[in-house]
Amino acid sequence: MSKTSVSVSRGVWLVAKRELNTRVRSKAFVIGTAAIIVVIAAYIGVMFFVGKSMSQTTVGMTGQASVLAEPLKASAKALGEDVTTTTVPDVATGERQVTEGELDVLVSGATDKLQVLVKKDLGNQVRAALDGLVRQQALDAELAEAGLDPHAVRTTVAGAKFEVRTIEPDDPERGERLGVAMGVTFLLYGSLLMFGMAVAQGVVEEKSSRVIELLLSSVRPWQLLAGKVLGIGLVGLLQMGIVAGVGLTAAIQLGVLTLPQGAVLVTVLSAVVWYFLGFFLYAVMFAMAGSLVSRQEDINSVVQPLMFSAIIPFVLTFITIPRDPESKLLEVLSFIPPFSPIVMPARAALGVAPAWQVIVSAVLAAAALVGLIWLAGRVFGNAVLRTGSRVKLRDALRAS
Amino acid sequence: MSDAVLEIDRVSKSYGSVVALQDMSFSVRAGEMFGFVGSNGAGKTTTMRIALGVLSADSGEIRWNGEPITFETRRHIGYMPEERGLYPKMKVTEQLVYLSELHGMTTAAARRAADEWTERLGLTARRNEEVQKLSLGNQQRVQLAAALAHDPEVLVLDEPFSGLDPVAVDVMSQVLRDKCDSGVPVVFSSHQLDLVERLCDRVGIVRSGQMVANGTVEELRASGANRIEVHAPLATYGWADQLPGVTMLSHVDGRTVVELADGADDQVLLRAALDTGPVHEFTRLRPTLTELFRNVVTEERAA
Repeated sequence: MSKTSVSVSRGVWLVAKRELNTRVRSKAFVIGTAAIIVVIAAYIGVMFFVGKSMSQTTVGMTGQASVLAEPLKASAKALGEDVTTTTVPDVATGERQVTEGELDVLVSGATDKLQVLVKKDLGNQVRAALDGLVRQQALDAELAEAGLDPHAVRTTVAGAKFEVRTIEPDDPERGERLGVAMGVTFLLYGSLLMFGMAVAQGVVEEKSSRVIELLLSSVRPWQLLAGKVLGIGLVGLLQMGIVAGVGLTAAIQLGVLTLPQGAVLVTVLSAVVWYFLGFFLYAVMFAMAGSLVSRQEDINSVVQPLMFSAIIPFVLTFITIPRDPESKLLEVLSFIPPFSPIVMPARAALGVAPAWQVIVSAVLAAAALVGLIWLAGRVFGNAVLRTGSRVKLRDALRAS
Repeated sequence: MSDAVLEIDRVSKSYGSVVALQDMSFSVRAGEMFGFVGSNGAGKTTTMRIALGVLSADSGEIRWNGEPITFETRRHIGYMPEERGLYPKMKVTEQLVYLSELHGMTTAAARRAADEWTERLGLTARRNEEVQKLSLGNQQRVQLAAALAHDPEVLVLDEPFSGLDPVAVDVMSQVLRDKCDSGVPVVFSSHQLDLVERLCDRVGIVRSGQMVANGTVEELRASGANRIEVHAPLATYGWADQLPGVTMLSHVDGRTVVELADGADDQVLLRAALDTGPVHEFTRLRPTLTELFRNVVTEERAA
C-alpha cells in the first residue's frame, strides 16, 4: 500500500511546507518585500546624502583674505567642520554667488579687517574658526611689536598639551552602529507584526472555511499549530534575509556602512536568532488569539493587546536609543519576554549590552517560549473547533 | 478484510444539560452502505465527528476491526464534513495532494490519486483552478475527492448529496456504490430518503440522540403498521367493519385501505372481500422510508 504512518515531524513539515509554498508565491509576499526594499533604499539614500551635504561649507575668498584659505581649512577641521575654499575674483562676483547659494560664505577685506558675507547666518563652527584666525592675526601683530617671533611662540603654545584619560572610551563607529541597530529593530518589529498577523489570519481562514475539521481528522492540533508557525516563520525569515541582504550590500557599497564585515555578520546572525525567538513568541500568541474567533472581521479585537505589546517596546526603543542608549528602562525591558526580542537586538547591535545580558535575555525568552507553546497548544486545541461567537480565553483554558 | 467493521458502541455526549447523543450504537460492515437519517439536530453530525476524533465522546467507544479506534487508525477514514471545508485560495490538485499527504500518502502516490479522482469526478478541466472559483456543485465534488483520494478503508460522509444536481447525484451514488463493493464500509447521512432507500443496505433512524430504528430497508418497512389495500368494486362502505382486528382507514371508489391489528388474519379479510363480489387487487401496503421517518418525527413531536 502507498500509505505509511505519518510521523509527527512529517505532519508538522507538511503543514509548514504548505504555508511556505502558498505564501512565497503569493502576490502579497512579492509586493511586500519590494515595498520594504524601497523604504530601506530611501532610508540609506537619505543617510548617504545627509552625510554628504551636512557639515560641508563652501567659503569664497577674495583679495588679501585669500591667504587665509589654508589656515581656515585647518582650524575648521579641528572644530569638526569640513570647509572647501575657492578664490573669487572680486567682491561683486562673490556676493552674487552667495545670493545664488553657490557659496555659503564670502570672506573679503584685509587680513586684520576681515569682512564676512553670508546669506542668512554664519554657522557656529565657521564663525569660531574665523574668530580664531582674526585673533591669531591680532596676536601675531602684538607679538611682533613686542619683539617676539610669532612663529616660535605659536610652536611653543602648540606644544602645551594635557593628557586625557577616558573611563568609557567613545566609540567612533557609534553612529553606524546606531544605524544598524535601528535597522535591525525596524525589521524585526515589522516582521513580527506582519507575519504574526499572518499566523492569526491563517488560523481564522482555516476556521472560517471549516477546513480545520478535515485537517484535525489527520493531524493533531499542536502539529497544525507548530507547522503553521514554522512555515510562516520561514517565509518571514526569507523576506527579512532578502531585505537585509539588499540593504547591507547597498549600505556597504555606498560607503554609508564602514563597520568591519565581521561585526556586521555577528549582528546579522544574532538578528536571525532574535527573529526566531521573537517571531515564535509572538506567532504562538497570535495563533492562540486567532483560534478564539471564527471570522476575519473579529481578528482585530483579539490581536489588539498583542499589537500593543509589540508597538510599545518598539516605539520606546526607537525614541530612546538615539538619545540615551544606556537607558535603564530599555535595559529592564530587554530582559522581559516578549519585549526582549524587540529591545535587546538594538542594544546588542549598539554594543551597550554586555554578552551575559544578551545570553540571559535569550535564555529567558526561550524559556517563556516553551511555556507559551504549552499554553497555546491547550487553548488552540480547545478553541479551534468552536465556531460562531468569540471563545473566551478562560473557557478555552479550562475546557478539557 | 473479512472482519472490517466499524462499530459505534454506546456513545454518549452532552453539552452542559443538553444531551446530544445517548447510547448511540450501530455497526457497519465491509461492503455495506449505511444510511443515517434523522431530523436536524438529532445527533448524526455529532456521531460522525466523534467517530473522526474531531469531537470527544463523554462515554462509549468507537471500534475499527474490533480494536478501539486510535489517532493512527482514524487516518484511514475518508471524511466529508457537513460544513464543507477546503482552502478557498488553493488549487484543486494542490489541495487534494496536501490532504492525502496528511493522511499518510507519499507525494507521488498523492499526486496519482489526485489525478485519478479529479478525472473520475469530472474535474479534470478544473484541476488548476482555485477552489473558490468553482461552482458549489464542483466544490462538492472536490470535497468528495478529498475524502476518497487517500484510499480510505472506511468512508464517513455527512450529507454528501445535499446541493447536488441529479447528474452529480448519480455520479456520487455510483462512486459510493463502487467503493462499497470493493469492501469499504460506507456511512452517510442524508435527508433525501428516497435516495437512502434506493442506495443503502441498512438504515438507521435517529431521534433526539438515540437510534430508534436500525435494520435493512426491508426489515424496517416490514416493521411498520400492517396495512392492506383491497380493490373490490362492488363492496359497500363499511363492508369490513365487523371483522375482528380490522380498522378501516379509507374507502374510495371501491378501494379500501384497512389496518390489521397484530395477530389479525388477512385471509379472513380476503374471504370477506370475495363475499362482496369480485376482488381485483389485494395488496399489502408497506410504508416507504419517508413514511416511516415521518412516523418517527411525529412521535418525537408527540413525546
